[in-house]
Amino acid sequence: MAALPGSVAVVPTRRISRGLWHDAARRLLRNGPAIVGIVFIAFFVIAAILAPIIAPYSPTACTLSDGIHGPSPAHIMGTDLQGCDEYSRVLYGARISLTVGITAVFFGLVGGVLVGAIAGGAGGIVDGVLMRIIDVLLAVPGILLAIGIVAWLGHGEIQIVLAVGVSYAPIFARLLRGSLLALRESDYVIAARSMGASPVRILLRHMLPNALTPLIVQATLAAATAIIDVAGLGFLGLGPGDPRVAEWGEMLTDSARFLQNAPYLILFPGAAIVISAIGFNLLGDGLREALDPRLKR
Amino acid sequence: MLRFIVRRVLGAIPVLFGLSVILFLFLRLLPGGGPAVAILGQHATPQLIAQINETQGFDHPLYVQYLDYLGRLFRGDFGASVIDGRTVAESFAIRFPATVELTIGALIFAVGLGIPLGRLAARHPNSWIDGVVTAISLFGISIPVFVLGYTLTFFFAVQLHWLPAFGQIDPRLNVPPVTHFAIIDALLAGNWYVVDAVAHLILPSIALGSIPLAVITRITRASVIDVSNEDYVRTARAKGLTDRRVNSRHIMRNAWLPVTTVIGLQVGALLAGAVLTETVFTWNGVGSWVVTSIQNHDYIVVQSLILIFATIFLTVNLIVDVGYAFLNPRIRYS
Repeated sequence: MAALPGSVAVVPTRRISRGLWHDAARRLLRNGPAIVGIVFIAFFVIAAILAPIIAPYSPTACTLSDGIHGPSPAHIMGTDLQGCDEYSRVLYGARISLTVGITAVFFGLVGGVLVGAIAGGAGGIVDGVLMRIIDVLLAVPGILLAIGIVAWLGHGEIQIVLAVGVSYAPIFARLLRGSLLALRESDYVIAARSMGASPVRILLRHMLPNALTPLIVQATLAAATAIIDVAGLGFLGLGPGDPRVAEWGEMLTDSARFLQNAPYLILFPGAAIVISAIGFNLLGDGLREALDPRLKR
Repeated sequence: MLRFIVRRVLGAIPVLFGLSVILFLFLRLLPGGGPAVAILGQHATPQLIAQINETQGFDHPLYVQYLDYLGRLFRGDFGASVIDGRTVAESFAIRFPATVELTIGALIFAVGLGIPLGRLAARHPNSWIDGVVTAISLFGISIPVFVLGYTLTFFFAVQLHWLPAFGQIDPRLNVPPVTHFAIIDALLAGNWYVVDAVAHLILPSIALGSIPLAVITRITRASVIDVSNEDYVRTARAKGLTDRRVNSRHIMRNAWLPVTTVIGLQVGALLAGAVLTETVFTWNGVGSWVVTSIQNHDYIVVQSLILIFATIFLTVNLIVDVGYAFLNPRIRYS
């Protein structure tokens, strides 16, 4: 833009880029909904860590005769069928839901990145075989794959992590492979190749870092669905399998029969699932905008 | 076009083969002492175990068992339940209509509400209307179907008594099951029983349709905004065409493409979601059957149902791809 006559000077852009991550973090922190997401997540992370301190009761110290009492000063979220304090169980439930959900996504991400990087990096027949396996896994829709794996492996937290992780890995693998294939023909990769860099070095140093951002966004959004899926497994009776362990989905199963008298037993664990999922969805959307400035209108 | 269809159909075949191998191994390699013990439980008598090994052929070499399994699949034999002895095909024919009804109900809800909402938000981007629509879709993808299902049941069935809480039709009406589609059977029975069948369908459809609703709303909004910024839309406006004409002829015709693809993809989400929704609303479909079969260790049924779900999912994806190629010549010829 040309300076108008009489005006002093064009104000130079004061903003200096300090690298992708720094810029992205700054954009993220200016994004209102993303901040809300971070607050929601932080809330449950703190609840999970501090559960033994802030929970008024032990999640397993229950008195059957106190069963199904509505919210009161002694039990602010009421008591469940076994007479356990619902508030304490929701707090402890955050531990299971968050750790199992996030570990599952992390496991799926590691597996997906390995497979995707090998497929996208190697190409040829390796790529063909790996992608057919991915196609097979993706042919089983959604949570059904996780349900099948848990049915096979049996109850337990590690089994759930594996089941949900395996059902997410193909998505990450395919995403990474797609970006790698696109990057293969980019100028800087061709430049690196022509300078004699080894294929492994090109993959690790040049291509992977540039293919990372869509994975980070996808993984954050996947954390939301993983929390919902883990709760879904628990709801179907495929949860940790230990009644002493408080898990949000499992808490809902028993309560459903008492919908008329004790709707709060659905409300509190249900709200915990929804709010934590909203948190990860907001953060994921915020990260998408922060990491890809081109998206900004 | 024909070549495109043939290529896509041929592409699905190795996937189904691969899945059949995995599911075959799923049953044979069940942890805890092999398939017979897994199905019958730890306390099964040796006679029973020998008997099931005999009838199911579990004692043959694996490759013989696999070829046998594959041969039976080709003949449409998906095995039988060890609980009630009925074949999977027989029970499936009875239960599948219920799942189809629920899926269609959820699709009608999601498409019928999602597209208008998306268009509304796109017409006023970054306004409060857009904000409300975005909030609805955020909520839709963040709430599990069982939480939404029970919330709806609590308000509309328990509190207000407007709608029934579970089942496909009031059993007191004694509607004879002819087609096993509750609505069609109710229509055949006359007496306005169909009203009751539709009322039963409303809450499950909303619960199951919440995620597709959110996804369809988002993609419609994004797609309409995208197309609205195209040069030819500006040209159309500059020519003095009415807003309505620009919307229907120039924007929506092109905005439909990504929306149809996403609607097709949502069928997979609906099938998976049916497992949870049918459990919440005691809906007698294929989804709740998966859950009861797992609880009963009826692994032959589980194995067959996963294969059937995947086949339906792949078929729907195929139809969507072909439909998309039909709508969009750019795909067909690439």
